[in-house]
Amino acid sequence: MRENLHRFFRAARGAGVRVSPAESIDAMRAVADIGFSDRGILKDTLLLTLAKTREEKQSLGECFDLFFDHPELDASPPNAPDDAPDDEPKADNDNSPADTSGAESAGDGNSSEGTPELGALARMLMSQDRNEIATAIAQAANAAQLSEIRYFTQRGLFSTRMLDLMGIARLRDDIDALTTANPSEAERLAAATQGLRDAVREAVSQALLLYGREESEALRNDILRNAPMARLDPRQVKEMQALIRMIARRLRARYSKPRKRQRRGHLDVRRTLRRNAAWGGVPFLTTWKRRHRDRPKIVAICDVSGSVARVSDFFLLLIHSLHEVVSDVRSFAFSGHLIEVSDILEKKSPEEAMSEIMAKAGFGSSDYGRSLADFEKGWLNIVTPKTTVIVLGDARTNNLDPRADILRRIGERSKRLVWLNPEGRMAWGWGDSEMPRYATFCSVVRQCTNARQLERAVSDIVAAYQ
Amino acid sequence: MTDYRPAASIEAVESGLATAGYIANRQIATAVYLSERIEKPILVEGPAGVGKTELAKAIAAWRGVKLIRLQCYEGLDEAKALYEWKYAKQLLYTQILKDKLGEVLGHAETLPQALDKLHNFGDVFFSKEFVEPRPLLQALEQAKGCVLLIDEIDKSDAEFESLLLEILSDFQVTIPELGTISAIVPPTVILTSNAERDLGDALKRRCLHLHIGFPEQKLEERIVETRVPGISQALRKQIVGFINEVRTLDLKKLPSVSETIDWARVLVLLQSSELDHQTVKDTLNVLLKYEADIETTLPQVTTFVSKATKQNVYG
Repeated sequence: MRENLHRFFRAARGAGVRVSPAESIDAMRAVADIGFSDRGILKDTLLLTLAKTREEKQSLGECFDLFFDHPELDASPPNAPDDAPDDEPKADNDNSPADTSGAESAGDGNSSEGTPELGALARMLMSQDRNEIATAIAQAANAAQLSEIRYFTQRGLFSTRMLDLMGIARLRDDIDALTTANPSEAERLAAATQGLRDAVREAVSQALLLYGREESEALRNDILRNAPMARLDPRQVKEMQALIRMIARRLRARYSKPRKRQRRGHLDVRRTLRRNAAWGGVPFLTTWKRRHRDRPKIVAICDVSGSVARVSDFFLLLIHSLHEVVSDVRSFAFSGHLIEVSDILEKKSPEEAMSEIMAKAGFGSSDYGRSLADFEKGWLNIVTPKTTVIVLGDARTNNLDPRADILRRIGERSKRLVWLNPEGRMAWGWGDSEMPRYATFCSVVRQCTNARQLERAVSDIVAAYQ
Repeated sequence: MTDYRPAASIEAVESGLATAGYIANRQIATAVYLSERIEKPILVEGPAGVGKTELAKAIAAWRGVKLIRLQCYEGLDEAKALYEWKYAKQLLYTQILKDKLGEVLGHAETLPQALDKLHNFGDVFFSKEFVEPRPLLQALEQAKGCVLLIDEIDKSDAEFESLLLEILSDFQVTIPELGTISAIVPPTVILTSNAERDLGDALKRRCLHLHIGFPEQKLEERIVETRVPGISQALRKQIVGFINEVRTLDLKKLPSVSETIDWARVLVLLQSSELDHQTVKDTLNVLLKYEADIETTLPQVTTFVSKATKQNVYG
């Protein structure tokens, strides 16, 4: 049973529940106390000890049901005649036609015909004992270390390995021998063999579902992180959004902690005296001078024109999450001209906000000069020496006046001016890209073609205020 | 109930809590049972008013031990949660010491001798007598055990969480001047949270995590039954049925168990024997706490009332 629990922990990790060794020890102790007799209580116990959020509880609950429906567990309880149909539906269905067709013809002829000596597996299949077959599959799964399965490409390998372990070679010989001696029996055995193959494949797929999720998810995320954002297919876009949300969550967890740091060694005399007035000015409680740190102030200006439309979705999503991390964010979107979108991003859900912004400002051809002029006219006064200004855009001005002079003024007023460009460095300066001219006035210019770079860039910006 | 042995079974916990007037579902009972068995704190999450704090009170009442409650808020620190020095007494002590200094030092000839004598003189400035125990330390000092309720942990600062880690995992605290103080009897620790902010993994790891949601209809009826004794069965069913209907709406704050109980009490006071349109309309403000919510619900009241009463007939 210990083995089973360990496998369950691994399956739980695959389902996205982070199970630390300490938690698994707790769970073991709890289960040792509770026992396995009541499945409902067992589930509650595991949910209590392992899952630490509501979402985790949900996915762990599903994982539990999947895991304990698994035929693997059938190896231990011997009294499972009523369980067997749910556990092995596939094998059941595939076997029954063979059963009905072959049974009456071969049922009595079996012994008298003098068939050749059959291998253990063949005998098992011929006797149609479902429990025995399920047990054999479970044993083979253990022997083949099925819980090590990680990728869907390994399915074939594991099926073969399990069948080998169950003695498929002998079975093939048996079928060959039977074909000459007793063709109808041979047919029946062949059908049963097919059923067995299906059952094994089923078991392997289920194992993949249980144990493979973790790795394949990590692998997929890793690929996504490095994939260029401008060239994603629609299916990936959904996953990418989930990934960006995950990144945003991580940023929030890292940076939303209150920022207090004391400067030890510098006594704040005034406040110390005031604090200790009750004890006649004897300084029991000391107060130290605090270093004042700037609260993050961010102005984000995002290009949503046609040329960057595919990327701007992600930019907006990230700005949306910035609004959650940092209290003082003003955001703007532009293509032909510039509008403020702070309110939309603050109040609406990401999807709503994005579609509204795109409807208001999106998909035009970009005019950097005019948009910068709009910004200067309307909002230049919000840029203070404490502000970080982030510009997200490809700097493709459609050969219009870039108005780099305005950008210079913004750069001079602000603490930092960061430009994140979704184009590769190679493309900067070619065609209508004015990146080199803008770059001279920016504190940092970063290429931002994939999610990893985006995460780094935003993390650096927020970290500058820590 | 002076002996403090862990409950024998989950059913025992369930009935024990019931004697204290708390109707627990099996999940809650399992959590309480396990926390006693493997000596782990329980972190309870869930919407406001589902009985998170009540659970701690019920355990204390059932066990017949003291309930020590620490209400968390922003800015709560060590001095208010764990211990503080009695500064005024310490001050007095130093003054007494100053007066007696001559006697203590005797007739030391030289400065090194005087210092030597001073070192040999027992130092009580930082000693147990001058410690003012705050809730966390009090909980460890209870000889008969206690229930320590750390309420709304999500309201406190992140630093405070780290302060709790030692007490949660080992039931001990370390005071730099005194050393480590361990619990005489490990207290039952209940932490509650409204999920206002995400708690740290370190804290979560040390706790059993219990999520209490809105109870099932049957359970809620039983809860109302124990909490509002004078209520008729028919009305009880209608109330719970109606509230379950309200919970399907998209409201700012859904009515929870405490609202159900309050509402049942109000209806009993108004001596209504069954739900009708007018009474519901008049008393809706007991149930819903936002003007906007009341406005959303008002047009639905008639259908909900008829549904609740019908269900009563057939159910």
